[in-house]
Amino acid sequence: MKKTHIIALVFIAIAIAVLISYIGDVSTYDSFASAQKKEGKFVRLAAKIDKSKPFVYDPVKDPNYLAFTAIDTLGNTMEVVYHNTKPTDMEKSERLVLGGKVKDGKFECKDILLKCPSKYKDNPDAIKHDLDAATKND
Amino acid sequence: MNYTGEHLFPGQAGHFFVILSLVASLVATIAYFKANKVSIPEEKQSWIRMARTAFILECISVVAIIGLVAFIISQHYFEYKYAYQHSDRSMEAKYLLSCIWEGQEGSFMLWSFWHCVLGLILIKTSKQHEAGVMTVISLAQFCIATMLLGIYVFNIKIGINPFTLMRNEGFFDNAPVFKDVLTGGLRKDYLSLIRDGSGLNTLLQNYWMVIHPPVLFLGFASTIVPFAFAYSGLVNKSEGWVKPAIPWAAFSGAILGTGIMMGAAWAYEALNFGGYWAWDPVENASLVPWLVIVAGLHTNIVYKSTGHSLRATYLFYILGFILIIYSTFLTRSGILGDTSVHAFTGADMTWQLLSFIIVFTIPSFYLYFKNYKSIPTIRKEESSYSREFWMFIGALVLLLSAVVIIAKTSVPVFNKVFGTSIAPPEDIKLSYNQVQIYVAILIGIFTAVTQYLKYKDTPKGVFGKKIFIPTLISLVISLIISIFGSIHYDEHGIGYLAAIHMAIFAAVYAIVANASYIWIALKGKIKSAGASIAHVGFGLVLLGVLLSSAKKDVLSKNTTGIALFEKTKTEDPAENLTLFKGLKTDMGKYHVTYSRDTVEENGKKRYFQLDFEEKATGKTFSLFPDVLKSNREEGSQSANPDKKHYLNKDIFVYVSSFLDASLNDTTSFQPRDMKVGDTTFFSNGFMVLNKVDVNPPNNKRQVLPGETAMMLNMTVFAKNGIRYDVTPGIVINGNTFRNLEDSVLAQNLVIRFNKVKDEKKGVLEIGVKEGKSLNDIVTLKVYEFPFINVLWIGVIIMVIGFVISVVYRVKTGKSKKSVTKPQMVKS
Repeated sequence: MKKTHIIALVFIAIAIAVLISYIGDVSTYDSFASAQKKEGKFVRLAAKIDKSKPFVYDPVKDPNYLAFTAIDTLGNTMEVVYHNTKPTDMEKSERLVLGGKVKDGKFECKDILLKCPSKYKDNPDAIKHDLDAATKND
Repeated sequence: MNYTGEHLFPGQAGHFFVILSLVASLVATIAYFKANKVSIPEEKQSWIRMARTAFILECISVVAIIGLVAFIISQHYFEYKYAYQHSDRSMEAKYLLSCIWEGQEGSFMLWSFWHCVLGLILIKTSKQHEAGVMTVISLAQFCIATMLLGIYVFNIKIGINPFTLMRNEGFFDNAPVFKDVLTGGLRKDYLSLIRDGSGLNTLLQNYWMVIHPPVLFLGFASTIVPFAFAYSGLVNKSEGWVKPAIPWAAFSGAILGTGIMMGAAWAYEALNFGGYWAWDPVENASLVPWLVIVAGLHTNIVYKSTGHSLRATYLFYILGFILIIYSTFLTRSGILGDTSVHAFTGADMTWQLLSFIIVFTIPSFYLYFKNYKSIPTIRKEESSYSREFWMFIGALVLLLSAVVIIAKTSVPVFNKVFGTSIAPPEDIKLSYNQVQIYVAILIGIFTAVTQYLKYKDTPKGVFGKKIFIPTLISLVISLIISIFGSIHYDEHGIGYLAAIHMAIFAAVYAIVANASYIWIALKGKIKSAGASIAHVGFGLVLLGVLLSSAKKDVLSKNTTGIALFEKTKTEDPAENLTLFKGLKTDMGKYHVTYSRDTVEENGKKRYFQLDFEEKATGKTFSLFPDVLKSNREEGSQSANPDKKHYLNKDIFVYVSSFLDASLNDTTSFQPRDMKVGDTTFFSNGFMVLNKVDVNPPNNKRQVLPGETAMMLNMTVFAKNGIRYDVTPGIVINGNTFRNLEDSVLAQNLVIRFNKVKDEKKGVLEIGVKEGKSLNDIVTLKVYEFPFINVLWIGVIIMVIGFVISVVYRVKTGKSKKSVTKPQMVKS
């Protein structure tokens, strides 16, 4: 066996080890219910804002405090706290991907990924909404 | 039925050219394939003539399609869906191009356009390889042409056509305004109701977005050339392609690298990621092919010089292009959905993109494994003191780094196939960085050392002597950086910090060793120093990345002292600071004042002027971050950062939110009766009326000649113990009077002297107004990126190095002087 082959095998073994150890790092997509069961463990979940509940963000008081209630894909709700600024256009987003952990019955959110229909192309619903709005303004 | 105001001709012409480009590219593919197969010269020539005609026809069609789309957008023909979705009337002319490539269709057009340009160059230059190489490019053009088709075959939609009309896509179906009352159909004059398009995504209204996509797509397109040469080599069982392929691979490395880093610059300039690289799947998808192509370039050079590593070269070039198609699939099929900030979603092209991958993957791997045994190779083992040995190992490290990155990026695909629900880890950036930093260390050291080795074998004494001084210099420099650079990035443990210091050494080593190689070995001959220059640039990129991220600092720390949150291991969330207009605020090393804001003429862009004053030196400067309103939805907006560039750092600021008080202020003044010495309360404290001054000698407020001023000397005591002096008053001039209000911005308090209520008893009426937010406020995030210039300079030097080596390789390829026939032993 050539030296290059041996080194190649060693590197491949390292790469595989790296990928296996990555499996240890990954989180899972959860719901509020399953996140609550593993309190304190980092999870991600898809949810949307519960518009009927208060949405608290006052940059005068504290620009790093955002609190709202979210509904997950199964319809369960939970209060979410995010210690950062409110992402722009957050109220308009149809779907949020939240990353964080459950702590004392609240979802302590670390990052929020927005999915806004208006920003995503080729979404006829958003465009129809736009068109309606555009013509009503006239 | 005819509708008023529609312009149907450009669309009809567009449809024609879409079909023509599809047919022409198919003809070109078949003709080139035939030309490559037949061996009779006359027959071959006639096939090639036919193929060339078809390919040129195809190029004309592609240019016509792009021209027509540009025409439709520039004329604001909003009856076309593409114009409506991607442009509006108020858009600046320079963003016309951005509009063209904002949509999926447009980026396919761009890709196809570059294939045309490259194809024409190859027809001119590739001589005996033309038929083989152009078969591949024509086939790719055919595949891309299907993406623009937009027709239904057996209820399956093939492609998305850029010339579709709004009314044919059902946009008006649910909008009664557009319906004709009598017939229930679309109104004849429906177009008069569409005043404006929905506009370009605000994030893309940035000059980087004008040039980044064309360069990136040229990079994407260029990866097909080494692949096509490899294909030609496999089907024709000849190795003549390895020389012309080298400058093409170097070109690909240069352009794709530039395109990726322009994207990084755009992310740094226009997005609020707070950085230039976020390991976002879309970024990874273009980085990975670059790594593989660069690996292929190195093994290709090894083969040309020694006869080793041809099998690896084939594999790398095949993988490079297939990864490009795979990344197209990842970013366009919508599969990344939850993991990426900026992937395309929507139009369902999943199966079509999958077929694109299959059409290229299966035949190329079939050919590769079928011919594997007959690919020339050398039995004798490389010496571990040879250049080719370490170049091969380096290429291998690049490949495995690419494999690890793409495997992590492909988790959503894995989820889809196996129905799992694996999500990215808590700290995504760390999960990449903690692996790739070791790749950086290895590659940095290989880059430094390998040039000092000769091909085949190096006398040990010579190598040691030559490498000794650069090694010593690098050690000294990197130790200075490590000791005095105050790099204390220990949030992820001491091991990670040690790796950072090692990587700094490796990067410095790569820079110093390659720079000195230009003088020691090449005697300063720049023409042939392309590789060394590119390596110096690469070392600088590594160093810039390490310094700017390990020392990145948040300046906008919340100084209000409210700590409602828990500081996590990786991020202190109190990274945003709220400023009141006109109020000087303490922010670490600086005092910042939000002094004013201006709205641009078209009413879309609002600039905030922020005055910074460095505490230590008293130096001042102003930054103007802005917020851009979108046409697409009422109230939707995006923030553009601004930066102050220093030689050794950038101060980077963006507006994370703002409040316009004029829209917000609905409260009114509450009257209070007070005498001198009285106290009255407000929600957050109380205030005392100390005395009344008539025409005080040093009045802060402006009083005109002939006016009499009556000022109230008051003190406001806030709950938190802070005292504010306020002096509201009135000035009287005969029968007229002016009111001089005073305010406490931090308490959202305005105080007014209304009138004298009872002169004898000394009762005065004071007006007190408490706003929810009285003032315009703006919430900021401010970063300091040290040494980011090292990164950008590194990119520029690396690209220059690539370009020099492309020129050099093309020249030596033509003169045929430096042909070194490797000794080959067929196995």
